[in-house]
Amino acid sequence: MARSVTLQKKLTFTALAWAVAFLLFFPIFWTILTSFKPEAQAIASPPVIIPSWTLENYVEVQARSDYFRHFANSVWISVGSTLIALLIAIPAAWAMAFAPTPKTKDVLMWMLSTKMMPAVGVLVPMYLLFHDFGLLDTVWGLTMVLTLINLPIVIWMLYTYFKEIPVDILEAARMDGAVLWKELVYVLVPMAVPGIASTLLLNIILAWNEAFWTINLTASKAAPLTAFISSFSSPQGLFWAKLSAASTLAIAPILVLGWLSQRQLVRGLTFGAVK
Amino acid sequence: MGSIALEHVNKFFGTHAVIPDVSLTIEDGAFVVFVGPSGCGKSTLLRLIAGLEDTSSGIIRLDGEDVTRKGPAQRQLAMVFQSYALYPHMTVRQNIAFPLKMAEQSKEMIARKVEDAARVLNLTDYLDRKPRQLSGRQRQRVAIGRAIVRQPKAFLFDEPLSNLDAALRVNMRLEITELHQQLKTTMVYVTHDQVEAMTMADRIVVLNAGRVEQYGTPMELYRSPANKFVAGFIGSPKMNFIEGEAASPFGAASVGVRPEHMLIARDRGEWKGRVGVAEHLGSDTFLHVHVDGIGLMTVRTGGEIDFFHGDDVWLTPDPSRLYRFARDGQALR
Ligand SMILES: Nc1ncnc2c1ncn2[C@@H]1O[C@H](COP(=O)(O)OP(=O)(O)OP(=O)(O)O)[C@@H](O)[C@H]1O
Ligand SMILES: [Mg+2]
Repeated sequence: MARSVTLQKKLTFTALAWAVAFLLFFPIFWTILTSFKPEAQAIASPPVIIPSWTLENYVEVQARSDYFRHFANSVWISVGSTLIALLIAIPAAWAMAFAPTPKTKDVLMWMLSTKMMPAVGVLVPMYLLFHDFGLLDTVWGLTMVLTLINLPIVIWMLYTYFKEIPVDILEAARMDGAVLWKELVYVLVPMAVPGIASTLLLNIILAWNEAFWTINLTASKAAPLTAFISSFSSPQGLFWAKLSAASTLAIAPILVLGWLSQRQLVRGLTFGAVK
Repeated sequence: MGSIALEHVNKFFGTHAVIPDVSLTIEDGAFVVFVGPSGCGKSTLLRLIAGLEDTSSGIIRLDGEDVTRKGPAQRQLAMVFQSYALYPHMTVRQNIAFPLKMAEQSKEMIARKVEDAARVLNLTDYLDRKPRQLSGRQRQRVAIGRAIVRQPKAFLFDEPLSNLDAALRVNMRLEITELHQQLKTTMVYVTHDQVEAMTMADRIVVLNAGRVEQYGTPMELYRSPANKFVAGFIGSPKMNFIEGEAASPFGAASVGVRPEHMLIARDRGEWKGRVGVAEHLGSDTFLHVHVDGIGLMTVRTGGEIDFFHGDDVWLTPDPSRLYRFARDGQALR
């Protein structure tokens, strides 16, 4: 098949792919460029393409609010919520994939439907609950909320991966004397490693970028990088260059993580499609 | 040490009774084969014994002990699946060791038993391979190794040979029979192939729509089938049935005669007919004869006989080997 594809066709598709990739990446690219411009250059019209490579924005951003504290909060919240979600979701997805009842499909749809509701609809009750339980501006509170928010997606993803695993193999483990937790630990989880890994990565990325609850339920102590960025679109006016510097700092870690794990991500997301 | 008893076992899927009221006793050390057409509930019955399905009602006993409410991990039975169901992420060694690891045996004990099992099954050179690096036959052996290593109360097999080609199947059939003679452990074996059933079993359970049609030794089933279903299912080629008017002289609703219990001649006999397809196998010849007033009948004759398509022939059944059945299919004696 590969031979029948002409060189010209190949070039066209490659160019197209690059064009789409560039289009998608351009905003991030421009943000990074802008972060190295002085404020005046950042808002210049016509736009200046080559920045003057100043680091003053970064220095000022770090001086105004501690980047590393926010970074640590982001790590805690995204990794913590993902691990807890996995701990809950693995048994749940096991039950739905291997011990389904007539209502299982409905439960799955219902879980997904909670994601269709706009989050702002429950902001007030959530805020009040957080206030009453003293969870406002705490890392634990945020971790809990993000766990709950991403749980449906984690269960869905694991459910689809688990469905690909022949039930015979789990039954063989039962016949071999494995009780439930051993069946999960020694057979199911090792077999689902690619799926679990990509669920983990995707969920960390989603939690890292989550900007509604993280901004609304924190003030300063527990604020992650999303809140750090938004603090630079301040009432004193927009400072594009500083905002860009803050954004670059906030997305850099997740960009690196995504880059390093892209092979795993692709393999996991196409799991089952290419057997 | 490995007797299995089912007492009035029922299994429903929804409102559909897949196993309606089965009672059955399998003696310790027996090789029992469940045979029947596709969808008759063989696998379900086996899975009920295994504990992989819950009974809807009834009692299952192992060695007299009621295990109906026990899970598969507590029953100490071993099962070989049609798909082999090897653990793909483990090596052959780890696969065979898994049941021992679950039983929390010591490392040295596990290593020794795995080596022993591997030697018996000719798997020693493959112990460090993953299942996907093995041939179908080797996988089959690993599945058996995993089953025998922990000395279970009984072995359960669900069509273990159906993924192998015909020649290998005959081979593995012998290996499993031999294994049974060595181990003398109870084996329950599911198949839809009556040849496997006849050749391997001490006793056969013929199932039809979840019901036990007959339970007996292969020769009992062959010689005195309890009803028309068993008569038609056991034996190859199939028994011929004479229905309606043609059967009334025999005082039965239908009469059966096996292909090997008829004589064929050119000049005289009981039933006149004409040869249709003739299958020459070398050792045997199967003649499909269109008999006047009865229909198509299969006759088995010697290999070197030259009857051909279109020949006029006469058939004579062995009167002592005629099977008579009542209208409800029960055998008349
Ligand atoms: N989990 C299930 N839910 C609903 N019906 C089922 C289930 N498992 C089996 N059945 C039904 O029960 C009947 C018996 O199935 P079973 O698998 O025991 O048949 P079998 O004799 O093993 O057939 P085969 O020779 O094709 O393997 C079939 O009609 C099947 O559709
Ligand atoms: Mg079956």
